[in-house]
Amino acid sequence: MFDFLPPQAASLSPEIDFLFFGLLIISALVLGLLFTLLLLYCIKYRRGSGASRTGQEEKSWRIEIGWTAATLIAFVALFFWGADLYARLYEAPPDTLDIFVVGKQWIWKVQHPDGQAEIDALHVPVDRDIRLIMASQDVIHSFYVPAFRLKRDVVPGRYESLWFHPIRTGSFQLECSEFCGTDHARMTGEIVVMSQADYANWLATQAHGDSFAGAGEKLFRSLGCGGCHGPGSTVHAPDLAGLYGKTVALADGGFAHADDDFLRDAILLPQKRAPAGYAPVMPSFAGQLDESQILALIVYIKSLDEKPRKTP
Amino acid sequence: MTSARRAPCKNYLTENFTLRSWFFTTDHKRIALLYFASITMFFFIGGGAAAAMRYILLHPDGAPVSAEIYNRLFTTHGIVMVWFFLVPAIPTTFGNFLLPMMIGARDVAFPKLNLLSWYLFILGGSFVLYALFVGGLDTGWTFYAPYSTMYSSGHLIAAVTGIFIAGFSSILTGLNFIITLHRLRAPGMGWYSLPIFCWSLYSTSVILIVATPVLAMTLLLLATEHLIHVGIFDPALGGDPLLFQHLFWFYSHPAVYIMILPGMGVVSEIIPCFSRKELFGYKFLCWASVSIAVIGFLVWGHHMFVAGISMYAGLMFSFLSFAVAVPSAIKVFNWTATLHKGSISFEAPMLYALGFIGLFTIGGLTGLFLATLPVDVHVTQTYFIVAHFHYIMVGGMVTAFFGALHFWWPKITGRMYPEIWARFAAVLMFCGFNLTFFPQFILGYEGMPRRYHVYAEQYQVLNVFSSGGAGVLAVAYLLPLFYLGWSLIWSRRASANPWQATGIEWQAPSPPPKDNFTHPPKVPAKPYAYVTPGADHD
Repeated sequence: MFDFLPPQAASLSPEIDFLFFGLLIISALVLGLLFTLLLLYCIKYRRGSGASRTGQEEKSWRIEIGWTAATLIAFVALFFWGADLYARLYEAPPDTLDIFVVGKQWIWKVQHPDGQAEIDALHVPVDRDIRLIMASQDVIHSFYVPAFRLKRDVVPGRYESLWFHPIRTGSFQLECSEFCGTDHARMTGEIVVMSQADYANWLATQAHGDSFAGAGEKLFRSLGCGGCHGPGSTVHAPDLAGLYGKTVALADGGFAHADDDFLRDAILLPQKRAPAGYAPVMPSFAGQLDESQILALIVYIKSLDEKPRKTP
Repeated sequence: MTSARRAPCKNYLTENFTLRSWFFTTDHKRIALLYFASITMFFFIGGGAAAAMRYILLHPDGAPVSAEIYNRLFTTHGIVMVWFFLVPAIPTTFGNFLLPMMIGARDVAFPKLNLLSWYLFILGGSFVLYALFVGGLDTGWTFYAPYSTMYSSGHLIAAVTGIFIAGFSSILTGLNFIITLHRLRAPGMGWYSLPIFCWSLYSTSVILIVATPVLAMTLLLLATEHLIHVGIFDPALGGDPLLFQHLFWFYSHPAVYIMILPGMGVVSEIIPCFSRKELFGYKFLCWASVSIAVIGFLVWGHHMFVAGISMYAGLMFSFLSFAVAVPSAIKVFNWTATLHKGSISFEAPMLYALGFIGLFTIGGLTGLFLATLPVDVHVTQTYFIVAHFHYIMVGGMVTAFFGALHFWWPKITGRMYPEIWARFAAVLMFCGFNLTFFPQFILGYEGMPRRYHVYAEQYQVLNVFSSGGAGVLAVAYLLPLFYLGWSLIWSRRASANPWQATGIEWQAPSPPPKDNFTHPPKVPAKPYAYVTPGADHD
């Protein structure tokens, strides 16, 4: 439609542009009205002009309430228009393809669920709901894809997620948009959206060892997690199978939702939200794992709930 | 100098010529001039950094400097402009000079405290200048943790100390203004006889007193983490990076209103004067200032829509951000309505005031884009936001500053400025400004992030326009230095009230004597009692 727009490459980009142009038209109308009045008054009522000055508006309450109410109504309408779209933008639909992104000065490291890894590039299939689970190894970065009209800060110490549904194939710019140090301006990359078949091909041709969950399982073993959390362990530790997504009672009497951030805290800061009913013997693994290793562990723990449970 | 001999009596400038009489003065007018000299210096330091950045951005490859130099330039520009020009600009100069005169007082409530605030400002400024002189820092003016505390390698502590100290200067100025307005109004002068400029400064002072301590605490925590590695903001030490942003924007968003409210006050003085008409909706303008100050404290989260706050927090802050735009809109409508059936003349201050209305409105309207969540997600952290806040800060506040400078120049110096040159500079500033910053809106929607010194080639054309505009703007900002400097000696003397304005400050001679008024000032029943020629006044 307009040359200056970046391509509309995600399902919600046209709607965001539509909202933008809606705002643009409203602003143009307001500015047009204002500038017309300013110009008109400045010419008509310039000093020495013959225009009549009699009957100056004195009582202003009605006028004031009038334009205040008009402004307020317009703003509330704009708010709801934006809020409705934002809710859809923010909440990922179910059954997304989850891909893991780690930002660090000054590269983007991407891990696919089947173990493929890439740097400063992200290959995704077209027409699928894709969710990125993002972590930072050091400072705050921001994952920004102008063609998707999307950005999300990648904040150290927690997971941020971002979802999108690519609607056209091609290569799109990825930029870090939160200042992160010397080479911030060079922390860019590309998003490659491929047809489903090409994507399957691409996945197959990439060198990869274990799946991401598999890498997590190896770590799980080498770190000795199974010693307490495994079946048949003599230490009384929470069973991890099926834990993800459940509500957990905490030792301090509260409750927590066992999501990515909860598992991350459980590994790095085990006393922060210790579960009720267990002795606080879990050691902290802070400093021993990098962000992708922590992600791999979490992905492995998540995968545990898919396994069939043994009936007692 | 025969004309000097004809000067009627000693004024605050000719009272005493010793250095001591300047540096130990408690006269609010002299303190205003001390501030004026200081912030002018900071304006040109910050402006120099901006000029260097615009020069570098002519080329997409970032030549001829390294990334680190560019990063230090934008940090310098931000810190100097925000804390050492925009925040103090109007309150400490025109506020100091005019507030007591506008209420018929001889000085502010605490003249010595007023001098102390200038010294604190200079002490703080020296720390920052030291930090810049020995190499600067690269955190951006926002100091986002954990980058600033644990990863950056500049002179963070010196800069933060400077801002911390300058904060006390702000607080003392705010305190002084509030008490002056409560205690020193001339007999018979009620709150509703105050000029809007005083209402604006009152609102500004409240923000200064309430918000600045939060900035001081935040910077103290920042320094603590940086120096002794106590985990406050860095998650690797057990801290929370979002905590920093909440604290920082809890000050820095209201700070936007510290910068713009006094500008709105200036415009509210100029428009009625050059329209020869009573200000439309006076009480609405008074309370619009106060509501902006109050609601301004509830919208800081709109800087953090993509930073990791929840959807519901985002929705709430979005709604409140729309709400804060209502009183601003009320102001614009009232200024425009004031022009209706007036008798308008276009001296330089009026050109600046009209420019302010246009540019501030564009800034405000683009603020609505940013309050609208899905649009913000796309354009925040890009050049769109850079353009937006420069329309408010430079198009709004700096334009108002120049308007005030020309409007009160005769009162402050006793000389008229050269009208032709002043009008030329005003128009040039308006054109240069739009040429610099309008292309940045488009760059932002195209997706060019801010704080990039190397960028994709597709953005070059608009960047060249923007840099060209910056050149024009630089000339427009330098011009007043020359013609205003010239006017100090060679221009014709100003009468007490060259604009036939109704403010009490115009009842004093130009320049005023040390104690401001030679006769007790007459307080008009209502402010802005202008008489439009040809109107049927009751």
